[in-house]
Amino acid sequence: MISFENVSKFYGEILGVNRVTLTITPGITSLVGPNGSGKTTLMNLMTGLLRPTRGRVTVDGVPSDRPEALMRRVGYCTQYDAFPPGLSGFEFVRSLLRLHGDADAECRRKAAKAIERVGLSEAAFRPVAGYSKGMRQRIRLAQAIAHDPDVVVLDEPLNGLDPMARAEAIDLFRSLAREGRTVVLSSHILHEVDLLSDRVVLVHHGYVVADGDIPGVRDEIQERPMQILLRCDRPSLVASRIFELDSAVEIKLHDDDRGLLVHTRDAEKFYRLLNGLVLEHGVDLETILPADEDVEAVYRYLIEGEGSTS
Amino acid sequence: MSVRRQVLAVQLLEIRKRFLGKRAIPVYLLVIFPLMIFGARAFALLLFGVTQSGGLGHDRVMYAALYRTLILRFVVYFGCVAVFVPLFRGDVLDKSLHYYFLAPISRKTLAVAKYLSGLTAAVVLWNGVTLATWLLLYLARGPGALIEMLSTAGGWFELGSYLAVTTLACIGYGAVFLLAGVAYKSPIVPALAILGWESINALLPPILKAVSVIHYLESLCPVSIPPDSGIAILADPASPWVAVPGILALAAILVTLAARKAERLEILYGTE
Repeated sequence: MISFENVSKFYGEILGVNRVTLTITPGITSLVGPNGSGKTTLMNLMTGLLRPTRGRVTVDGVPSDRPEALMRRVGYCTQYDAFPPGLSGFEFVRSLLRLHGDADAECRRKAAKAIERVGLSEAAFRPVAGYSKGMRQRIRLAQAIAHDPDVVVLDEPLNGLDPMARAEAIDLFRSLAREGRTVVLSSHILHEVDLLSDRVVLVHHGYVVADGDIPGVRDEIQERPMQILLRCDRPSLVASRIFELDSAVEIKLHDDDRGLLVHTRDAEKFYRLLNGLVLEHGVDLETILPADEDVEAVYRYLIEGEGSTS
Repeated sequence: MSVRRQVLAVQLLEIRKRFLGKRAIPVYLLVIFPLMIFGARAFALLLFGVTQSGGLGHDRVMYAALYRTLILRFVVYFGCVAVFVPLFRGDVLDKSLHYYFLAPISRKTLAVAKYLSGLTAAVVLWNGVTLATWLLLYLARGPGALIEMLSTAGGWFELGSYLAVTTLACIGYGAVFLLAGVAYKSPIVPALAILGWESINALLPPILKAVSVIHYLESLCPVSIPPDSGIAILADPASPWVAVPGILALAAILVTLAARKAERLEILYGTE
């Protein structure tokens, strides 16, 4: 379990993250936010690469400033695309495993297993300098999981991967989570995060602005209206009845006179009303769709303000 | 056991990174430079019969002067800059320091392990230079002269003393430049400042002479230079009982400071 207790990090006078209190449990947790929002800062704090200006970060109770204990539990695949020179992929993973103090034979075995797990066995003995971006990403991933950590932290792990490798990587993250590990990843590819994550943490300007599963995040921001898109044969009737609800915020009629985008603070009430309209007035519903029930919509909501979904 | 393996792993990685690639070229140029000078002299004396005034005694004094000026103050000094400064600073510039920080190794152990890897390389390289130049000096007069030197206890003592002084120089300067590499973004500035201080050491009053590495190293050199040589003046050499523990204590303090600095280091590549 990763725990942030009122953590702030400042780079001089520049805010990294501020007053973050967060607990991350086993499963896949995604940190989502635009560039510079503080995702990497949070990851570097939980792996001890940065020290908090205020507050405390622990992993399974181990403070982040004790690498000798922390890094036996944690593997971190950073975004830094740099390698010690002159090494093959296998030597890279093996050399860094040796820093754990294991015997060389054990390091070789673990390195081979991790490289196989990321699907890079064929290229394992080629110099890393000759690897493609996707291969370099995968060998870093192998290095992060080679020592069998309980917590795997992955900064933008899908960057540079082709669709096939991306699908394989996602399978790998899922299998790591199924094994009971805590997998923390960051991504700006929101669609993939949505499909992959048990939980999302939305980060913006150094603050955690929402945290939970997608519906949970929705609950967290209940004061903001929810958007529902529907298409029916009598949109004007539906619109007029919805306006009678005090929870209705805004209704937009589509130009084709069939579409309707409803902003409401109480989705339950809205759905009950809609049921009544169908039963009493025979309204023919073609489509009903929550317009912002994916991460991207929630994210845009939080980051850009209300009403951005259309 | 585990810590010993970790230290060894750091040493293997460091030696591979720093001494088996293109980035080792400046270090090897510093190795080659004195060998070329002494080699050229030996070549000229042996093959072209260039006459050399004075006997072995003259050569001993000449080596004493060249050892202090060329080897100790230039080759070993800048060699230690080239070997020890990049141990941390080079990794920051390469953006690869985080790999060490993401291993279950304490920062103190890491700093000591890096220092030991630099020390291993420096001792091998600069003692190699010391040994080779000393051998070339006497070999230039023919194998007989070299055998004569090596057949006496005095010759072995002289050679052993130079090797010991070189080793102590690596220990002392290594610790200085390890700390400089951890503490400064531009370690060349303190390196030049220290070089300036060490260079004027002979001109300083006794109390300030003590605040330097070169003073103790020169005190331990086996052959003194006549005052009229105009090369070096060491009016008040330190006793070996002060010089050796002094350098070792200085190194221990500086490595401890470097380890403490390393504990506070953060990965902030973007701002370097």
